[in-house]
Amino acid sequence: MAECHPVAFQWVVQAKQRGATVLHVDPRFTRTSALASAHVPTRAGGDIVFLGALINYVLAGGHEFREYVTAYTNAADMLPADFVDAEDGDGLFSGYDQETRTYDNATWQPTGERDLTLSHPRCVFQVLKRHFARYTPELVDEVCGIAPADFERIASTLVACSGREKTTAWVYAVGWTQHSTGVQHIRTASILQTLLGNMGRPGGGIMALRGHANIQGATDIPTLFHLLGGYLPMPAAGESMEAYLRRIPDTGFWGNKRAYLVSMLKAWFGDAASAANDYCFGYLPRITGDHGTYRTTLDMIDGKVKGYFLLGENPAVGSAGGRLQRLALANLDWLVVKDLAMIESATFWQKGPEIESGELVTERIGTEVFFLPAAAHVEKDGSFTNTQRLLQWHEKALDPPGDARSDLSFIYHLGRKIRAKLASSSDPRDRPVLDLTWDYPVEGEQEEPSAVAVLAEINGHAADGSPLSAFTQLAGDGSTSCGSWIHAGVFAGGVNQSARRKPDAEQSWVALEWGWAWPANRRILYNRASADPQGRPWSEAKAYIWWDADAGEWTGHDVPDIEKTKPPSFRPQPGARAQAALSGADAFIMQADGKAALFVPSGLADGPLPVHFEPAESPLRNRVYGQDTSPVSVQYRDRLPVRAQVAGHAATYPYVVTTYRLTEHHTAGSMSRTLGRLAELQPELFCEVSPGLAAERGLANGGWATIITARAAIEARVLVTRRNRPLRIPGEGVIHQVGLPYHWGSEGIVTGDSVNDLLPVVLDPNVYIQESKVATCDIRPGRRPRGPARLELVRQYREQAGLGAEWEPQQGDAGPDAEPAAGPDAEPDAEPAAGPDAGPAQTGHPAAPGGTEHHDQ
Amino acid sequence: MTSNSLYGPLEDVSGDAGYVAGHPERVGFFTDTSVCIGCKACEVACKEWNGLPDPDADLLKLTGMSYDNTAELGSNAWRHVAFIEQAVPQVSVLSRDGAGQLIISASAGDTDDSGQATRWLMASDVCKHCTHAGCLDVCPTGALVRTEFGTVIVQPDVCNGCAYCVSACPFGVIDRREDDGRAWKCTMCYDRLRGGLEPACAKACPTDSIQFGRLDELRVTAQARLAELHEAGITQARLYGADPEDGIGGAGAFFLLLDEPQVYGLPPDPVVTTRDLPAMWRWAGLAAGALAAGVAVAFAGRRA
Repeated sequence: MAECHPVAFQWVVQAKQRGATVLHVDPRFTRTSALASAHVPTRAGGDIVFLGALINYVLAGGHEFREYVTAYTNAADMLPADFVDAEDGDGLFSGYDQETRTYDNATWQPTGERDLTLSHPRCVFQVLKRHFARYTPELVDEVCGIAPADFERIASTLVACSGREKTTAWVYAVGWTQHSTGVQHIRTASILQTLLGNMGRPGGGIMALRGHANIQGATDIPTLFHLLGGYLPMPAAGESMEAYLRRIPDTGFWGNKRAYLVSMLKAWFGDAASAANDYCFGYLPRITGDHGTYRTTLDMIDGKVKGYFLLGENPAVGSAGGRLQRLALANLDWLVVKDLAMIESATFWQKGPEIESGELVTERIGTEVFFLPAAAHVEKDGSFTNTQRLLQWHEKALDPPGDARSDLSFIYHLGRKIRAKLASSSDPRDRPVLDLTWDYPVEGEQEEPSAVAVLAEINGHAADGSPLSAFTQLAGDGSTSCGSWIHAGVFAGGVNQSARRKPDAEQSWVALEWGWAWPANRRILYNRASADPQGRPWSEAKAYIWWDADAGEWTGHDVPDIEKTKPPSFRPQPGARAQAALSGADAFIMQADGKAALFVPSGLADGPLPVHFEPAESPLRNRVYGQDTSPVSVQYRDRLPVRAQVAGHAATYPYVVTTYRLTEHHTAGSMSRTLGRLAELQPELFCEVSPGLAAERGLANGGWATIITARAAIEARVLVTRRNRPLRIPGEGVIHQVGLPYHWGSEGIVTGDSVNDLLPVVLDPNVYIQESKVATCDIRPGRRPRGPARLELVRQYREQAGLGAEWEPQQGDAGPDAEPAAGPDAEPDAEPAAGPDAGPAQTGHPAAPGGTEHHDQ
Repeated sequence: MTSNSLYGPLEDVSGDAGYVAGHPERVGFFTDTSVCIGCKACEVACKEWNGLPDPDADLLKLTGMSYDNTAELGSNAWRHVAFIEQAVPQVSVLSRDGAGQLIISASAGDTDDSGQATRWLMASDVCKHCTHAGCLDVCPTGALVRTEFGTVIVQPDVCNGCAYCVSACPFGVIDRREDDGRAWKCTMCYDRLRGGLEPACAKACPTDSIQFGRLDELRVTAQARLAELHEAGITQARLYGADPEDGIGGAGAFFLLLDEPQVYGLPPDPVVTTRDLPAMWRWAGLAAGALAAGVAVAFAGRRA
């Protein structure tokens, strides 16, 4: 956190000075570790074992917050007799189809009965207990390399700092998400926090530190293929509006789904949207499966994608499998790159490693590249949304220079010009574009569209045109419009609430008048859980919101995350819908049953409970189950074979490689390697190795090393550091991890090889995030070979490992010979085409916000 | 001029330099390295505000010294964050006292095969703005001056590049620029102070490791922080440059360190290089007098 979010880390420093214990569990000893109360190194990819063992510690010791768990979670739900847990399925749950590598969740559905004693063997609580029983401190030792004494210290601290009087917060970043089991890492933390009563309470929660200043905002109103604004799912091909709405729960606040959807369609299509045409629901794009970044990249190589816009993204450096990315870009008809500085994704045809190696020939690349300069955040109005869902508005300080423009300006004027060209069209397929509300006022000589007007549209309007003040005002009859239901209220009273800057000294500690948090300016989600079922604070120390019986309403420090006048004693009528179906003691109001999901019956592609699998590339076999790696991870195996965990592999690629960021640089480097003052702070790519590994491989501090994986070979300077501690794994000996910051490429003031070239394309099946935090490698002293010899080195390693000499699709017509190259890889042990054809249907459930992680982190 | 103009405690450093009563209070930096996260925002903010030259891209190279690629204070680096990786004895980082309260020790870190834990120290160094500034004392052109805030600055339009100041600084702070030959160093953002703003580095510091304010108040703050750390069992914590009785009469920019000063590249017992100037002048005067007397005696003797 200190490393990548130094400004936010000031609060951790302050908390520590006030007596908080700060524990840091990370493969890497970072600037956070330097200031933590304790740092515990762990093996990359062992997170579920570590967290699962904490769950086991809590449950075995009876440390759960029992009253909280019974009242606010689905621990009492009974599971059907035919549900088979991974505990009994050797890592697989019931419903697994080996052919399609997917799950059918029919047997995961609760029966409807509840056992409030939490003692029935088939209730969620008991299943959970059995599920995690094998996650012992000894297992943590074997899988993560954390000694039992260290584990005990962490576990006892966690328990001591949770309960009525105290709370614990978990803070994570992409070190948890960028794994083939990434979503389940967060799930495991959620289970733990819920068992300890650390959700919906001050000082609790799970904080996602996002990879960019506004990734949270770009998830809330997403640039993601499977979501619409406010976490409404994207419609599937052939789906009617009624069928679509049936997918979303009837009870809890999602029960107002029609109001949310119709109001969004009214914001998008205005008067053209009416009850008669299902409010233009048919205009929405449809998805047929996986349309994620990596699928799209493969489709470029296959010639299915002709044009591509890159706005503030640099996949040639920032995405896993850099070579694949560049080969794809080289096979487009056109490419628009809009960025602050010239980036590798715009110059791959000139300076990319494939030009040097001879795999691509500049003259044969047909991609027409348009580079457009972008405005920086100080050159435009807009908002950033942080991890707390807090929108903070920023105002333009000066006009962007020259032809640089904001993304808003680019998209708006592009749309305006396209609409002008189509104005006379009678083709029905042009109607969605022509019917869009596309009339934002522009300002100044540069005709910059008004960002405030966009915010007002997102906030929405009542039938009389007045700004909405809350999402509860939304109607499903077309009388209200609202671009994103969760943002209703950000423009309440016609005032930009996100621009509020009242100093903390002039208001309460919750600071409700600083910026604006969705939904409804609530600073802690599910804060109903900060009071007991009767509406009383769990303790004086942790009082946050509570029921005021005299006034007949919820009150406290925050905006209550429940209907203000719904008494704790409220019980729903049979057949009630939406929030009326939840009782006054149901704290998790976005869940259909109002309960925190310890067990997730639907919405996850890889199981209702977290299960440890080894990363796709690992020096170890799975010590927990017979099933080695995730049985449902997305691997595009027919196209991009990942090495199987074969015996010969460990000898060839014996070390774990993990990637990360440095304070001094930003992601793929276009915002830092291009600035002298930042570039000089970390001028060269380096690898961090332990003194032990340096001795084993003859690496000298300050010298060069070559790092080789099954996909690429790169060179880096060597930093020998005792901060990188080898892990002792019982029965396996020592495991070395090589750490690599990934900020370098061929453009900018300081240049270097791109670390992401090393990584495989293996994805989490829920959100398609790539496994970029762990792979296996070899490392040797000296610089890498130049030209074609670099490829030859990778080939030699692959042959030695028994992986086959070729990897990744070859370029069709931009390579040195005009012969179309071989298509699917001739991988000897590749499984037949088993891509993720199932698509994201299972993710369509509007579960807790989180969404697909953005890749360029 | 008081007797302490060159050495020893000095109550009113600006007044001693000739500012009349009513001049601003002396200001300074208290750099608390125990909360430094090594983000280098101070280095960047300093260079941005003061318009220091961009680096020569061709010369940029990894130093191999942990995360420190700035290496030292210099004419173009007026803040420098040092990174020190240490092997330290493993301590129980979490323990409980009798009342069950958690006690956190100073050392964060994991252990290696030898049972040693790792500690990573970070500290942002800067010009000390000494009470007795050798650089200022030796400057022949008057380019180096004491400001009304008690800080020491170089006037670039007066500096003639003689470099006497470079050898006079006990900390190796002030440095000549190769291209123009003049001496440069931290001004404590004199222009910002004149405008009522805090220096750029302190403004940018996210964790308040760099605190700016009245020097007397900062010394009180620092003592309280030191006591807090000592109470928490971090006995190695100490203040550096906070004592008016030290060899430079106390620094205008002082530090809380977690180890010996030399670990951070700081001299353990700095003494202003002009401390002995009065004595030297006295000795020189005495010698000159003796010489004159001798000559006189010789002449007198001859006459006799």
